[in-house]
Amino acid sequence: MVTAPVPSGQADSVAYDVAAGTPDPELPMLTVADLGILRAVDVTADGVLVTITPTYSGCPAMREISADVRQRLLRAGFPRVTVATQLAPPWTSDWITLDGRRKLAAAGIAPPSPVPPRSGPVPLTLRLGPPQSPSCPRCGSPRTRQTARFSATACKSLHRCEACGEPFETVKSL
Amino acid sequence: MSTLDPSAGLDDTGHDSPYDLLGDDHDDGHRWAFGTGFTDPLEGIDTSVPAGLDADALARYCLALGDDALIYSHRLQQWVTRMPELEEETAIANIALDLLGQARMLLARAGAILGRTEDQLAFFRPEKDFRNVRLAEHGDRDFAELVGRLLIFSTWRLALFERLAGLESAMGAPDPVLAAIAAKGANELAYHRDYAAQWVVRLGDGTDQSHAKMQAALDVLWPLTGELYRPDPGALAGVEPAAVDAVIDEVLAVAGLERPDRAPLGAVSGHTGRDGVHTEAMGYILAELQSVARAYPDAAW
Repeated sequence: MVTAPVPSGQADSVAYDVAAGTPDPELPMLTVADLGILRAVDVTADGVLVTITPTYSGCPAMREISADVRQRLLRAGFPRVTVATQLAPPWTSDWITLDGRRKLAAAGIAPPSPVPPRSGPVPLTLRLGPPQSPSCPRCGSPRTRQTARFSATACKSLHRCEACGEPFETVKSL
Repeated sequence: MSTLDPSAGLDDTGHDSPYDLLGDDHDDGHRWAFGTGFTDPLEGIDTSVPAGLDADALARYCLALGDDALIYSHRLQQWVTRMPELEEETAIANIALDLLGQARMLLARAGAILGRTEDQLAFFRPEKDFRNVRLAEHGDRDFAELVGRLLIFSTWRLALFERLAGLESAMGAPDPVLAAIAAKGANELAYHRDYAAQWVVRLGDGTDQSHAKMQAALDVLWPLTGELYRPDPGALAGVEPAAVDAVIDEVLAVAGLERPDRAPLGAVSGHTGRDGVHTEAMGYILAELQSVARAYPDAAW
């Protein structure tokens, strides 16, 4: 494969755009930048250093994301790519971009609600009524209920719309 | 883009099976399912030990916290395909996955100091070198024990991780890697605790039978809680029983359950799980967890 050399000076923004465009394997309608897991792209004399952060500790897609980012940069003409993990500060669903939220909703997944600010220990949530449930991403009805706190992936919960009857997922606030 | 319609036959990428597409972006041909290849969960993170910190003590403590998560995760994995409803199945599988992720990072953190990989630590250590608390290895006999044990474990571990992350006070763990693992894990543990608490309330405040089973489960589990607050000279953070009790008592009050009055499970010649002295159940867990890796030590997957 022949790749065009990247003109120096533009390398930083080109490398960022290439890395940022990598789709997330679990939520392929979002890029890693939309999801907020791409933390930094640095172009140095030693090559491109991409820093990513996991959504959840056990996220099984980290290796795939790392391989995808590396392949995209190699194809774009960056011969040396290093992908590093960063844990602090931990990922929060608040980092999902506005564009990412629109794409989630368009794909039938309700975007997460803002994480409430807190200091000190996490308070126990012992809701005695039905848990909060987001509006239906298909018909917009607020009459929805949570059917499970966990769904097919760790980052989502499962809901059902009482108005249109459709089940849907939401990205949990974390 | 490709189509997954089997009637479409060969698509424009030249593949005749959608599964062929899964490896398309890679030259290593590894992607046939997520999680089938492993990289260091701390890839690119500076794992040098801060000056003035005892590296061996840090490794031992990370092993202890990692073993708690690894063994507990294995116990939860044993429930997969056995849960009463699909929704609870996905919940337990997700909680087990979170804990496995925490275990991998903590074992990798210890391994960076000890010069061993996470797999070597998980699969090739004998029972006496596992430092998990005995609560982690308990085999839940019914759903009430499962949610009761998860409430106790996640409440305690969340309080501990908040300390290590510096969320509780200005002072976090003296090691920034451990502090970062704890900060990440705390968010997950809060979800685990809320899930368990809501089930304990539902069962405790449910029918006569569910109430009786939930109370019986707490009675069985209570002796295992004493070890959580045992003075551990190797610990880098401690949790006051009162901080955990306040949360559990709130749940028990709403659930209409009694706080059991049971003596803690004793130490054996002064030793408990943190010292590598375990209950009988531990041998069976390790036999299942380690047998494949030990039979095929050079296998790659």
